[in-house]
Amino acid sequence: MSKSFRYLIPLILFAALAALLVFGLGNDPRKVPSPLIGKPAPTFSLPELTDPGRSVTDADLKGKISLVNVWASWCSSCRAEHQALMALSDIPDFQIVGLNWKDDATDASQVLRVTGNPYDMIAYDPDNTVGIDWGVYGAPETFVVDRNGIIRYKQIGPIDSKVWEKTLQPLVAKLKAEG
Amino acid sequence: MIPELGNFALILALMLALVQAAFPLAGSLSGNRPWMRMGRPLAYGQLTFIAVAFVALTQAFLTSDFSVLYVAQNSNSLLPEIYKFSAVWGGHEGSLLLWVLFLAGWGAAVAALSRDLPLPVIARVLSVQGMIATGFLLFMLLTSNPFERLFPVPAEGRDLNPLLQDPGLAVHPPMLYMGYVGFSVAFAFAIAALIGGRLDAAWARWSRPWTTVAWVFLTIGIALGSWWAYYELGWGGWWFWDPVENASLMPWLIGTALLHSLAVTEKRGAFKSWTVLLAIFAFSLSLLGTFLVRSGVLTSVHAFATDPERGLFVLLFLCVVIGGSLALYAWRAPEVSEGGRFDLLSRESSLLANNLLFSAFTVLVLFGTLAPLIYEAFNWGKISVGFPWFNKMFLALSPFLALLLGIGPAARWKHDEPLRLLRLLWLALALSVVVLAATAARPALSEGHPWVPVGLALAAWVLLSHLTIVRDRLKNKGGWRALTADLRGNGRSFYGMITAHAGVAVFIVGVTMVSNFQLEEDVRMSPGSSYELAGYRFELIGVEKSKGPNYNADRGHFKVYRGERQIADLHPEKRSYLGGGMPMTEAAIDAGLLRDIYVSLGEPVGGGDWALRLYYKPYVRWIWLGAVLMAIGGLLAVSDPRYRTARARAAAPVGGATARA
Repeated sequence: MSKSFRYLIPLILFAALAALLVFGLGNDPRKVPSPLIGKPAPTFSLPELTDPGRSVTDADLKGKISLVNVWASWCSSCRAEHQALMALSDIPDFQIVGLNWKDDATDASQVLRVTGNPYDMIAYDPDNTVGIDWGVYGAPETFVVDRNGIIRYKQIGPIDSKVWEKTLQPLVAKLKAEG
Repeated sequence: MIPELGNFALILALMLALVQAAFPLAGSLSGNRPWMRMGRPLAYGQLTFIAVAFVALTQAFLTSDFSVLYVAQNSNSLLPEIYKFSAVWGGHEGSLLLWVLFLAGWGAAVAALSRDLPLPVIARVLSVQGMIATGFLLFMLLTSNPFERLFPVPAEGRDLNPLLQDPGLAVHPPMLYMGYVGFSVAFAFAIAALIGGRLDAAWARWSRPWTTVAWVFLTIGIALGSWWAYYELGWGGWWFWDPVENASLMPWLIGTALLHSLAVTEKRGAFKSWTVLLAIFAFSLSLLGTFLVRSGVLTSVHAFATDPERGLFVLLFLCVVIGGSLALYAWRAPEVSEGGRFDLLSRESSLLANNLLFSAFTVLVLFGTLAPLIYEAFNWGKISVGFPWFNKMFLALSPFLALLLGIGPAARWKHDEPLRLLRLLWLALALSVVVLAATAARPALSEGHPWVPVGLALAAWVLLSHLTIVRDRLKNKGGWRALTADLRGNGRSFYGMITAHAGVAVFIVGVTMVSNFQLEEDVRMSPGSSYELAGYRFELIGVEKSKGPNYNADRGHFKVYRGERQIADLHPEKRSYLGGGMPMTEAAIDAGLLRDIYVSLGEPVGGGDWALRLYYKPYVRWIWLGAVLMAIGGLLAVSDPRYRTARARAAAPVGGATARA
């Protein structure tokens, strides 16, 4: 009995591994939480991309729900995301603030001219000075900031209709209800 | 039209695979010889049809036929011709096609080269191969058909992932796949033996050369991948413990254990059920590797193609193949006899220790790779088991492996005397201790890194003990002069082992030196300025725009001086591919046997200045050189006439095998 059980051990171990992998399939490993969630947005002051005379600062994030969207012209997922952002830009509940990251102003403006501008304002951060404070490690990323300037959520990867309907829309509704 | 032909050929190959999975096996169980004989022609037929499909896909790439979805996603009319060819396996669908092509190739090779095998054995082996092929062809046709059409036809393709537009990566996946798939042969032999209930020395001898060849391919594939990551990713590292790298390392580790365990089973009839288990695991880990890469279960820098739906299919397939074979093992292995006995000090026990160390390391790598998943499953939060953890595990186990490596090949089968071993190896041991003491005592040599003396002493120990073993072997044959004769005679597998083990020594030197003495510096430089690192002066001449066939680049120019003498011109690049995506760095490397100088171009930081990374990498080439020696050792071992005598016997039944004398 004990001897033949010994030969069953590999099978049992594999069954455990398979269960783990089944569990893993239903999960998204990209959900690394940001340590900034629940904390005030880091202070910053950057020139506005389309209007370099103006500046965008953390004060602009107060009093309104904001989606802070990290993007760049060289990032192909951002281009895919752009359409979704254009569709969201008409919703009055929140503002969309762009963080144009590690990019070139001419290239970035060119993209906006061709595909439209979904942003209420765009902070221009070519040297990743603000991106580092925000813990940006790739584009696109989107932070949801509430009316008090507290970061409430970080979306890694592009926003599409699924992400919007399942995650962001309920969150924005909740923040709105918080008053 | 041609893509439809390819698709049709794949369907036909699937039909043949189904027949191949069923009939030869059924025949072997019922004693129906015509059914058993169907195996060989079916294996050839399968190779033919899959090759037709592969040629069809290649043709679609070479003619830039963007009506094929896969081509449109992975090619571009501007892509250089050579990459149009390698783009065939640049994405998920095509790499699967390459997988099944190799699987069919190995199957046909087994069919052609195993004339001396008893018919029921070859029938079962080919049936098992047919089952694996069925699974993969179904996977391809149901979830990832490379011949899917796209309408309307786009004017231009999306381009091959720029990371893959590189000669190293054109050959890395094929090598790796040859290794992965090659283990299917050892697996098929093991399953066939379990079904037939005959696990004996003959079975081990049949599996051994196949396993070795697969292992050689995997060794080269992993080394190429490491070399590619080193020069292409621009981080200067040669191994990242990335899930995908681990996925290829695990079958290699188990495969290495299997090679050694097979030797014991062949020579001494021991470890039989253990060897079978290793054969099952080597291939299972190859499949698991495919799963980890394809499913997106674990994120990784390599995540080129991830898709949960495909993951589910692979997982089901995995459960059937691995679960099924382990169930078969649980059922049949208890009947296997234990085999020859051996003492505590014997070659068997040192090979057993080798097996345990390799298996333990595999378990650790598997755990480390899956740790994020395990933690999440039990709600322990998110973790990422990183580089330092894996390195610690590697450092905890590998010194024991290296120590053992000097003793194992010197020990006798069954029983050995401690005194005899000591008399044989005392000089090698003494010299290694001298190396240890000398490097530890002289701060100039070790610079206070405790691992430097240990690493160098272990490398010396491996090398010197093996020289001693060679000398001991040649002592009665006329000394070192007999070496070439011995090499031409029946000593090939012995010298194969020596060469592969010497490769380990070379590898240890490379890892020790580069890990402890490498220098890297992030600098900001303006054109005309210089920076000094490790006695080399890097002068930035300038950065200018340049244009490639399908990319625009910033191309830097460096002159590197040692003292007053200029020793290299380096041109690191930062490329933006027209197809879009992240800019790619192309590091510039001045390679040498004793050191690499490595420059990677960062971002422009304003005022004409550039951010740059400079590296000095001593002995980094030895890491890959070690792998090359291991592979050469493997090839030398399979070229041993011993594996051909059986075939010669079959061809000339009268007279028998005299070649072995």
